[in-house]
Parts: sequence; C-alpha cells; structure tokens
Amino acid sequence: MKVMETISDATINELKKIANDIRKKIIEMLSEAKSGHTAGSLGMADIFTLLYFYALKHDPKNPTWERRDRVILSNGHICPVLYASMAKSGYFPEEEIMTLRKLGSRLQGHPHREFMPWLETSSGPLGSGLSQAVGMAITDKIYDGDKTFYTLLSDGELNEGNTWEAILLATKYKLNNLIIIVDRNHIQIGGNTEKVLPLEDLKDKFKAFNCFTTEIDGHNFREINNAIYQAKNNKVGVSVIIAKTIPGKGIKSWENNYEWHGKAPTKEEAELAIEELNKNYA
Amino acid sequence: MLNQNLKLNTKLFNPDVEKKTTRHGFEIAITKLGGENPNVIAISADLKDSVGLKNFAERYPERFIEVGVAEQNMAGVASGIAAMGKIPFMASYAIFSPGRNWEQIRTTICYNNQPVKIIGSHTGVTVGPDGGSHQALEDIALTRILPNMVVLSPCDEIEAQKAIMACSITKDPTYIRLTRNDTPIITTTETSFSVGKAQVYYSPEIGLANVGIIATGPILHRALLAARELEKSGIKSKVINLSTIKPLDKETVISLAKETEAIVTVEDHQIEGGMGSAISELLSKSYPVPIEFIGVEGKFGQSGTPEELEKLYGLDTESIIKKALLVISRKKIN
Repeated sequence: MKVMETISDATINELKKIANDIRKKIIEMLSEAKSGHTAGSLGMADIFTLLYFYALKHDPKNPTWERRDRVILSNGHICPVLYASMAKSGYFPEEEIMTLRKLGSRLQGHPHREFMPWLETSSGPLGSGLSQAVGMAITDKIYDGDKTFYTLLSDGELNEGNTWEAILLATKYKLNNLIIIVDRNHIQIGGNTEKVLPLEDLKDKFKAFNCFTTEIDGHNFREINNAIYQAKNNKVGVSVIIAKTIPGKGIKSWENNYEWHGKAPTKEEAELAIEELNKNYA
Repeated sequence: MLNQNLKLNTKLFNPDVEKKTTRHGFEIAITKLGGENPNVIAISADLKDSVGLKNFAERYPERFIEVGVAEQNMAGVASGIAAMGKIPFMASYAIFSPGRNWEQIRTTICYNNQPVKIIGSHTGVTVGPDGGSHQALEDIALTRILPNMVVLSPCDEIEAQKAIMACSITKDPTYIRLTRNDTPIITTTETSFSVGKAQVYYSPEIGLANVGIIATGPILHRALLAARELEKSGIKSKVINLSTIKPLDKETVISLAKETEAIVTVEDHQIEGGMGSAISELLSKSYPVPIEFIGVEGKFGQSGTPEELEKLYGLDTESIIKKALLVISRKKIN
C-alpha cells in the first residue's frame, strides 16, 4: 500500500470500521488477560490502523520479507494494539489474541521476539526503542535505502535521556527514512505528564533538535495520512509527528482518565464497552 | 612445564618478554575484519582512538558510526544494526559499556538475542593511574549473568585477535573483556583458540598436579609465573587459560578439580560474581573441592601503577603462590 497525498472518504470510512474492530479486540484480550494497559492501546488504535491497513509496505503472509517497512514499538506496554493490528492484518490467527499474557503464549505481556519472532523488537523498559530504530535506519541507509522505519514512542518515555541521545544521532545522520510518532496523550503511570515531568513546549523541543515536527489529531485519519505522507516525502531529515490522542479513546467513561493507564477491564466493563463500540455500526 | 602442543611464546618467562595491550589486538582484528567482511559495522561512543577504532574509521568511514558520549544509545543502535542482519561491534570502556548501559544490553541485545559484539576495554585495577572510577571490576558479573550472552576474556594481544575474529561469525551476543596496558605476550599465532574451550597452559613434567590454577585475562601471566615458582619448591600445579568465561568449559574444569582436589581462581575483577564465582557454582554442584579466589575483595580501585595496584589488591604472583599453598592445606586428608 502506498500512502497518497490525499485519502478518500471511502478509505477513511473503511479504516474507521477497522479501528473500531481493533478497539473491540483490545478490550476483549485485556479483559480475558485480567491485566495490561488499556488507555494507551485504545488511544493508538487509529494510528495503528492507518499503518497496518494503509501506510505500511509489508506482507503479513511473509513476515520476514526483507524489504518490509519496520514498525518499532518502543512503549511496549501498549502491545495489545500491536497484537490486534497484526492479527487483523493476517500475521497470526485472530483467536490467538485471547492468549495474551498467558503461560507459553506468543503474545507476552510486553513484546518479546523470542516468543513472537515477527516482532521487530522486544520492548517494555522505556526509552530504548528509538535507539534501535536509529540503528536499523542507519543500516538501511548504508546498504539498501528502500524502507521506512515507523517508530512509536509514548510521551511519558520522553523522560528517558536515552530517547534524546537517539534523537541527536538520528538528526546527525539526517535519517529521512525514520518517522517518529509520539503518542501525546498527556498521561503516564503517575498522572499527568506535565505534573510528573513537564514536556511542553514539546514541539519546540523537537524543532530545537532539528527534527521536522508536526502536531496532529491522532484520531483524524486525514491528518495522520497527511503527516505520514509529508514525512515520507521529507528528503532532508528526521520527521516527528506529535499525535495528540485521547487515552481510552472510544469508551466515553474511560477517556482521559489516567487510572486506565495500567489496568484491564472486568468482564462486565468489557461487555458494556463493546456494546458502546457496536453502537457505532448499529 | 608449558604445554608444548599449544606452541606458546617460548620467551614468556623472560624478563624482557614482549608486551602489548589486548585492546591493540582488537584494533588489528577489527581493521582486518572491516576489509574482509562488508557486513561488519563499528560503533564508538567518543573513544575511537583509545579503544582501537581509528584505523577502521579511516578505512571504512561509511561503516563507522560515532554516537558520541552516549553508551545507552550505542547499545540500542547496535541492536538495531544486528536486527538488519549486520555484524555490529560496539566499543567503549567497560565501566560505561556494559556498566552504564547494562539494561539496554539486557533488553535490546540479550532479550532480543541479537548478535551484537560488545568490546569493554579498561578492565581491572591494572588500568592504573586513571583511578577507581575507570577500573571496571564488575563487568564479568554484569555480563555472565545475562541469558544468551557469551563472555570472552583473552589473555594477550594475539588471543584477543582470535577472539574477535571468532565471535564475528557466531550468532551470539558476545562481550569481550579487554585491558588498557601492555601485558606479556603469552601465546603465538599458532596457538589454538576456540570459543568455549579452556586450555591447559602449564602442567607438571611428570605425575599429577597438587593444585589447579584457573586464570582469565592477562593476569594469566602471573599465574604461570606462580606455577613455575611452585614447581621450584616441589609443588606441582596445572594452569588453565579460561578465555571463555561463558559458556564455561565444564569438562576441563571438572577434570582439573578431579586431578588436583584444590583450585585457585585468578582474575582482575571483583571476587563476588566474577569468573571464580562461575567456577565455584559449577564445582560446588558437580565436584566440590576447596577453592581459593584471587581477585579484588569488595573494594574499589585507586590510582597507582599497575604493578603497585596488583600488589596492593593481592593480584600479584606472590599472592597466587600463597593462595595455592593455602588451598592445598585445606585439602581433605584421606
């Protein structure tokens, strides 16, 4: 699939439907697992949908295809959205998502390549995903130059100095094959990001590091598409997309409540939530 | 006597034995590898000259990555390079890598099982005048505890070259422990080397040995000197070069314990968690015998010449002899 300068209303409607399904799967798998991270997973569902069902050059039936684009999820705790997107696009059977966090499952509580080799990396400890993406993108520049490296960071993990070390190196190498998407949902495990350790003005910070920075509504497919299109056509350097998202997006009573960062819905909560999502396509 | 089959340096007991640094061995090998293998990439954290990447950087600039003083990033970058099927060597001082970036090594390299080669130079108190902040005494413990990691600790400049060449073709994350200062050349280019194999470098001319000495790194030279001194006083010893700390060559170590019933381990590293700990983990289960440990006893280093520090921290030949006599005295009398 090739990202186009414009995206049709019909495509957007298709993607919205897929994102709605992915949200349902996220809620089902977390409720079955009885633990895990709900808010960030739901908040990133639209971006993952656009990546896996529109932007990525990939072949789910040939997951180790060398020329594929790479998705590097740095904040591994939102892996339910990654697993749901991979399952829905055909990397593995959709029913497998119900094994999340269970003994022997390929779907570990935080992504682990040893169990699921089609992941680009293992993650969980914050702040090191971008370093790996930078290593991959530099290597591609040296040898091939035909891939895009989509790197997903949380805003909370921008507290980690390691992330900024990686940004310095990415801009040194002018990695225009690297697209950093920051999930700007303003929550981290201890509360509001601006209370825990203020990040604003985040856009200015990235600009000061010589990144081509845009700020978008992370739930607006047209804006996500445009930002990725611009980033892919940026010949000069590293692109950062600050995606403003709503944690818990889709379930009104969960939205913007940081208490949903690290807990899973009960069976009853899950049923109500899925009912709410079903109403979107009633 | 020295093991003749291994074709060791015949001048190794001479006072004017040739001396070179193991990090120089890395420099020679990585420069050679750069020419031979287009998939080799070298990464520096602003220490390219002192860890031996200067020539590589000049000859293969497109495959030399300078990340600046940022060892945590270096580990992740190396993991990413390996994920793309290339062979990254990341080099720094051991205090910073695997010291500062241990968690990144654990998660991005070992947990991902990516074949990154980690060069940690400036290990041991024998770093000398730079002082305790720069003398890595914990790196063996930090690396050998990690699943998937291979830990190599060559005894001289020549063996360091072999270790680098050998690990470049394995699929394992590997830590290679190197040193700052010139140390005696013990081996020759003809001495055999393989990852995972411990070798007997010194053994009695006739009969069985009374004590087994297991040494790792350039301090092996002190162990060999000790063995020669012990022999003069009628005490037969066998000395093993344990250049692969992990995976441990269990067979060779257990066979030494069976023969000698008394072991001394010798390393320029903290005793806790080091190579000696690995030996005692093995022997306490498989063949318990008395063990004495040469190493740093729960202290930090300080400035001084390598010789002064060896003496102060009990890593010199005399200390090895004393521990050998002590461990023999602890043997069970049948």
